[in-house]
Amino acid sequence: MISNFNSHKIFTLLKVQYANMLEYRVEIALWAISGIIPFFMLNIWTNNNLNESINISDVMLSRYFLCAFFVRQFSVVWVVFSFEEDSLMGKLSPYLIQPLNPFFRYFAQHVAEQITRLPFALIIAFFFFIFNPESIWIPNLGILFLSTISTFLSFLIQFLIQSIVACLCFWTEKASSIERLLFIPTLFLSGLLAPVASFPKYVKSWVYFTPFPYLIDFPANLLSGNATNVFVGIAIQILWIVFLFPVFRKIWSAGKKKYTAMGS
Amino acid sequence: MIKNIIDVENLSKSFYISSKEPGLKGTIKHFFRRQTKSLKVIKNISFEIKEGEIVGFLGANGAGKTTILKMLCGLIYPSEGSILVSGNLPYRRKENFLKNITLIMGQKQQLIWDLPPIESFNLNASIYEIDKFEAKRRIKKLSEMLEIDDELFIPVRKLSLGQRMKSELLAALIHEPNILFLDEPTLGLDINAQRNLRKFLQKYNQETNATICLTSHYMQDITSLCKRVICVHNGAISYDGKLDLLLKKLSPVKEILIVCRSEEDVIKLENSGFNVKNKTKNEITIKVENNSITSSLKTILNNFDIEDLYINEPPIDEIIGKILIKKDYDI
Repeated sequence: MISNFNSHKIFTLLKVQYANMLEYRVEIALWAISGIIPFFMLNIWTNNNLNESINISDVMLSRYFLCAFFVRQFSVVWVVFSFEEDSLMGKLSPYLIQPLNPFFRYFAQHVAEQITRLPFALIIAFFFFIFNPESIWIPNLGILFLSTISTFLSFLIQFLIQSIVACLCFWTEKASSIERLLFIPTLFLSGLLAPVASFPKYVKSWVYFTPFPYLIDFPANLLSGNATNVFVGIAIQILWIVFLFPVFRKIWSAGKKKYTAMGS
Repeated sequence: MIKNIIDVENLSKSFYISSKEPGLKGTIKHFFRRQTKSLKVIKNISFEIKEGEIVGFLGANGAGKTTILKMLCGLIYPSEGSILVSGNLPYRRKENFLKNITLIMGQKQQLIWDLPPIESFNLNASIYEIDKFEAKRRIKKLSEMLEIDDELFIPVRKLSLGQRMKSELLAALIHEPNILFLDEPTLGLDINAQRNLRKFLQKYNQETNATICLTSHYMQDITSLCKRVICVHNGAISYDGKLDLLLKKLSPVKEILIVCRSEEDVIKLENSGFNVKNKTKNEITIKVENNSITSSLKTILNNFDIEDLYINEPPIDEIIGKILIKKDYDI
């Protein structure tokens, strides 16, 4: 994949996919709105005073869930569903005989969609601050930069995990079912519903050995200014990418041989 | 001497397919114990294709034509045998090989649905690493050849099927491939659009000496483009050779419709030893072998008072139809 890397190709892909995404701006606005789970969770937490049990103030908790919303907006991945559809319907065939790994297309689609989502996410944040003025804060540039990197790394981890699952299409055809299994730990262990700090001690003892806390919890804590070990967190995210990338390459290379070009 | 661009030897392809008995019992059985079997869809085929040739693959639905094309372009791996396309093993999908070929499937599209075709063309130009100015030149040239200059900036979803197919062709040819794999490229197009596409392919072949492998269920595509055909029957090659020879072999007779001035002449013709197919009051249709057409016509014109005369070829679809259901043709 890296050997095929060509910045010009990727830039053109991004431009084209961005143009394509702008055709769907209403849908993207709706998707952005549909990602407000963290705000519901914030409501549950504050109405039940649950934050007292983990020594986080209301303000910090509000900021955490707003940041979780932001991280989720820019790290959400659906490559398994696109790939599965393309694979089963034969749309993958023309991409496979082009000198560019088809996953670059999906990657560009995701990045283009994230860029399109940005204004909608900012509008939602604006309204969040109107209803929660005490939560207003401006993270310093260094933190903003590091949390942007961390969010992008979180996106890469999720993209690689889903790409690996997507490649199982070559064997099982319905790889999205496997992804649904992964969705459960992602939902509960990533920090989307609750900060990982609030988890029971025995869960915390092993959850950091999985990639899940580095998907939402770590970048959201980083952005919201909660105490976190920045460089260790980013290093672990990079380690996960370094581990997942060769797995993806291996499974992609084996899967290609199984492709039957169904539906075409 | 023209060199071979495609070499196929003892090529086979098997797929694993699962089967399910009908009804609830079958469904439950299928859920717990899935029965799969290996199905050999391509059986030890061998052929060669020379540079610049246009070869038509003929066969009934499910005969294996598309599977052969998919293996030739490297989309699927062969189970046995060897394939060399332009000196490459297609299934390795090396960059220099991929830059040399294209695959167009009539029922599938690569254009981005919501954007004008020009965006897809520019994207493909970038994927194939074509310089911006060169890409512009090629798009201009191909869009003129295909007569779609006006449609370049209209979203694909708003284009007619014919315009979309032409745009697909342009997207697939922007890198000027030497080998074209076309799987039913005229599917669903109206007669004029089919004719234009054929004209374009002929011109492209003449100008670039590109090799074209084509499957189509429209016989006009085959007869107007391909001098050579490979007939595929149940995954095996039943005929590989010139289309003319095959047609002569399959249709050794022509039909002559003679319009006579009187019923008397019709009766006289009927009793003259010709092989009569049918007759009416003033008309009679006779079957004459290809090699005795001239002598038969001479006899008719010299001995009978006829008003008009038509020589009919048997419908090509009818002849090709025979190929699709028959196993072997020894020419």
